[in-house]
Amino acid sequence: MLLLGGWIIVLAAIALLPSGASQVSFVLVALGVEALGLTLVFRANLAPGRERR
Amino acid sequence: MTPVRLPALSETSAAICFLFVLLIPSATAGLVLINAGLGRFRNAAHAMLSALCVIAVAALVYFAIGAAWQGSAGQPAFALHVAGWDWNWIGAGGYFFRGLEPGGWSSLPALFGLMSAGLAAIVPLGSGADRWRLGASCASTVLLAGGTFPLFAHWAWGGGWLAQLGFVDSGGAGVIQVVGGLTALSITWILGPRRGKFNPDGMPSALPGHNAVLVLLGCFMAWLGWLGLNAAGAILFTGVAASRGVLIAANTTLGAGSAALSVAAITRARFGKTDASLCANGWVAGLVAVSAGCAIVRPAAAVIIGLIAGALVVYSVEWLELHLRIDDPGGSVPVHAVAGLWGLLAAGVAGPWLAQLVGISTLLGCILPLTYGLNWLLNKLSPQRVALEGERQGLDLYELGAGAYPDFMTHNEDFWQR
Repeated sequence: MLLLGGWIIVLAAIALLPSGASQVSFVLVALGVEALGLTLVFRANLAPGRERR
Repeated sequence: MTPVRLPALSETSAAICFLFVLLIPSATAGLVLINAGLGRFRNAAHAMLSALCVIAVAALVYFAIGAAWQGSAGQPAFALHVAGWDWNWIGAGGYFFRGLEPGGWSSLPALFGLMSAGLAAIVPLGSGADRWRLGASCASTVLLAGGTFPLFAHWAWGGGWLAQLGFVDSGGAGVIQVVGGLTALSITWILGPRRGKFNPDGMPSALPGHNAVLVLLGCFMAWLGWLGLNAAGAILFTGVAASRGVLIAANTTLGAGSAALSVAAITRARFGKTDASLCANGWVAGLVAVSAGCAIVRPAAAVIIGLIAGALVVYSVEWLELHLRIDDPGGSVPVHAVAGLWGLLAAGVAGPWLAQLVGISTLLGCILPLTYGLNWLLNKLSPQRVALEGERQGLDLYELGAGAYPDFMTHNEDFWQR
């Protein structure tokens, strides 16, 4: 959901904001949201090991 | 957003581009050899046959629906009118190559797409090696060649909304490699690691590939194929003249070479010896990374792109295996996804960087969930992983009935359940 949410923020920034600093800021923040989502997906898919014992 | 217009190809440029397209199967063959060599010997014939079947499925599915959805700039497409802009989101061409001019060069983008779909479909085979059923890999290819690949290819190459923003991906670092690499990541998650790869403490065991010669020969073939892939892609989708092929060939070679040397130096410094399979992965990562901006960056920049791609491969292989417990025998995720994303970012230094960031965001935020979701559903319908007995016996014997190397002795420890 965070991955998808980040992408939607990017689309919204392109569509709704004028090109400039605010648009760039939103795109960078959205990439941060996606990075958070990616971290969670990786953690959710950890192969069985120490954490799951 | 303004529609994408590319200059029409002259007769000579189109003929040269056609010759470049004919080199692409060499890149595919190179990746196939690398994947087979990095797998275990009792799965070698299965790896080669899976590759052949996957390429066949990708070609047929792309012919049936992929080409229609990918489309090309200036051809019919569906657009959504949002916030005052037309978002060109999917092609509206004819299925089964209908509408393509049979005797003209205008069919070149479709031929390029046909070859590229096969190349993208090979990438996940590396991550699913030694445990992915033949039928399941073919079914997954249907989703890639008929869904994720043409969708992103339309956005980036077919005059879609990313191309309208100025997104640059001449040789398919994003369209082919990252789409394939993210599918590979999804497959590793869905299949899980090979038996014996991680011990109960979560520490990985080394399961080395069975044939380093195949792996390194694959690198040479991939190099030849990538020269054609990058040059043809740049002519078709970036609109450069055929004479730019000289710069593209130089950049492609410099990117691959510097990445391989970067890996050689890092592994030598860290482990005391140069790691052959990691160097091979570094070579391909350099090819992948330089693909995005091959037509617009200077040779010195290609060297820097390659050096960083090589370093990324070494550290991401280690990070993925040690900390994230991803079992990726062929190194498809670091080589194709990580290096491809780096290549897209690096191309932004010489081009429109905001569009590159939007492209990266689209790959991670849209294509990854889409490919993961589709493959997860497929796995629910029919499990993609081979049965335990098949993994212990080897996929060659279990699924094909005969091994690649019938004279090889099989040792008991190969069948031990760790």
